[in-house]
Amino acid sequence: MRSIADQIPIAQGLFTWPSNDPRLLGSKCLDCGVVTFPAQSGCPACCGENTEIIELERRGKLWTWTIQGFLPNRPPYEGPETPETFKPFGVGYVELPNQVRVETRIQTEDISRLRIGMEMDLVVEKFIERDGKDIIAYFFRPADES
Amino acid sequence: MDVAIIGIGIHPFGRTEGVTGLEQGVHAAREALKDVGLDWNDMEFAYGGSSAAGNADSMVSKLGLTGLQFINVSNGCATGGSALQSAYMAIQSGMFDIGMAVGFDKHPRGAFTVNPEASGLGKWYGDVGMALTPQFFGMKIQRYMHEYDISEDTLIRVAVKNFRNGAKNPNAWRRNAFSYDDVAQSQMVCHPLRKYMFCSPAEGGCAMILCRADKARQHASNPVFLKAVAVKTRQFGSFEVFSQSQALERAPAPTVQAATAAFEMAGIGPEDIDVAQLQDTESGAEVMHMAENGFCADGDQEQWLREGHTEIDGKLPVNTDGGCLANGEPVGASGLRQVYEICLQLRGEAGERQVPNNPKTGYTHVYGAPGLSGVTIMAA
Repeated sequence: MRSIADQIPIAQGLFTWPSNDPRLLGSKCLDCGVVTFPAQSGCPACCGENTEIIELERRGKLWTWTIQGFLPNRPPYEGPETPETFKPFGVGYVELPNQVRVETRIQTEDISRLRIGMEMDLVVEKFIERDGKDIIAYFFRPADES
Repeated sequence: MDVAIIGIGIHPFGRTEGVTGLEQGVHAAREALKDVGLDWNDMEFAYGGSSAAGNADSMVSKLGLTGLQFINVSNGCATGGSALQSAYMAIQSGMFDIGMAVGFDKHPRGAFTVNPEASGLGKWYGDVGMALTPQFFGMKIQRYMHEYDISEDTLIRVAVKNFRNGAKNPNAWRRNAFSYDDVAQSQMVCHPLRKYMFCSPAEGGCAMILCRADKARQHASNPVFLKAVAVKTRQFGSFEVFSQSQALERAPAPTVQAATAAFEMAGIGPEDIDVAQLQDTESGAEVMHMAENGFCADGDQEQWLREGHTEIDGKLPVNTDGGCLANGEPVGASGLRQVYEICLQLRGEAGERQVPNNPKTGYTHVYGAPGLSGVTIMAA
């Protein structure tokens, strides 16, 4: 287990870190209430600039999904797989109650069980190693696998 | 001021080793001039674009340094549609009488490589493997099939139809008809979409010459009139490619807005269209775009495809030239290829794939990242 100092978030401001219970960070418009992820200063709905950063729910429902069936081009992809070790992975939108639908990679033991409506939980964990440090990203996983 | 298309030209789509994208654009431009019997000297302006094959305005060094106004257009997969829209406005405003819209491209093999930061996204989005357009197409049709009870059968039928049409098009890239089973058993790329349901990045060029409608017959015996041109970008709540999040509230797609604006401008409705070219980046896109453009209700596509309504001899032939599926997608040229096909159909020059009974009205629709649509309505 690496120390916190050796665990670097893949981007600043995407989720709370370091944390034992990390949350995605979005922005909420103080004028119209619309929530956006990642956080941004302008509101895409009402065009206002009066937003605040909020922590998003950690559990939601899968709204739609697909399975990435081939190794993505590098750049931009930085995942650890080679053409030999690549396994198709899930991608989807998870609807967080009363907030927003977040696009995410999906972690599951069995990609064939993905269904619209299934409950999903946020996980924040190592994605790759870079320069001797763990790069931490967010994923969602079926709640019954958590 | 009404606007007519009086000359059309194309460089065959697909792979042309040893010919740059720009040269394919020049070829298309010369074909368009030849089609109407005019010279490059006669062009007062041009709008052109490519996404991966250089600046369109550098074509002038090959076509001739006449000093004309040449403006580059860059609008994702809607680049060709946007060039046409710009050329339309240039004439419609009264500023010019005659000019060209041109597009070309030459993409490397494989899926499009995306630079997330150029699209206003965080670098992390590409790092983790989400900056891929096929994922969006998979996710959008996945949800649509769930909501409107569309089965895989419909996705397969779209692909079979478009490849069958492409086999009748001498300028298409994929000229092999695939059987139902070929498509149904092809490799899964982004569930529920399979390999033979997707178009591929490709090469090609396309050009058209536009002119004031009242002068069109001085140049051409068979002008096609642009009755409407509309380009719209996404509004809050629509489901678009490269969205890190989506609103809970839902809004109509930019295609719905562009279609509505175009039908209003033309003063006709979807039922009046005789032949249509709808963006078929993959099978699912054609299915959804049938409804987004107003040609059928959500969910009716299942019946439409089963009953052959979108076949060349159906009530609304769609993608008669094989669409993006059979032609591939050279981004800068793709939208103009749709217009080229409609011009052929309305002129009665589409050969083996000619829609019967002299079609009088045609429709094109292009969709591009990060969420824009261009629609045209044409009449003979």
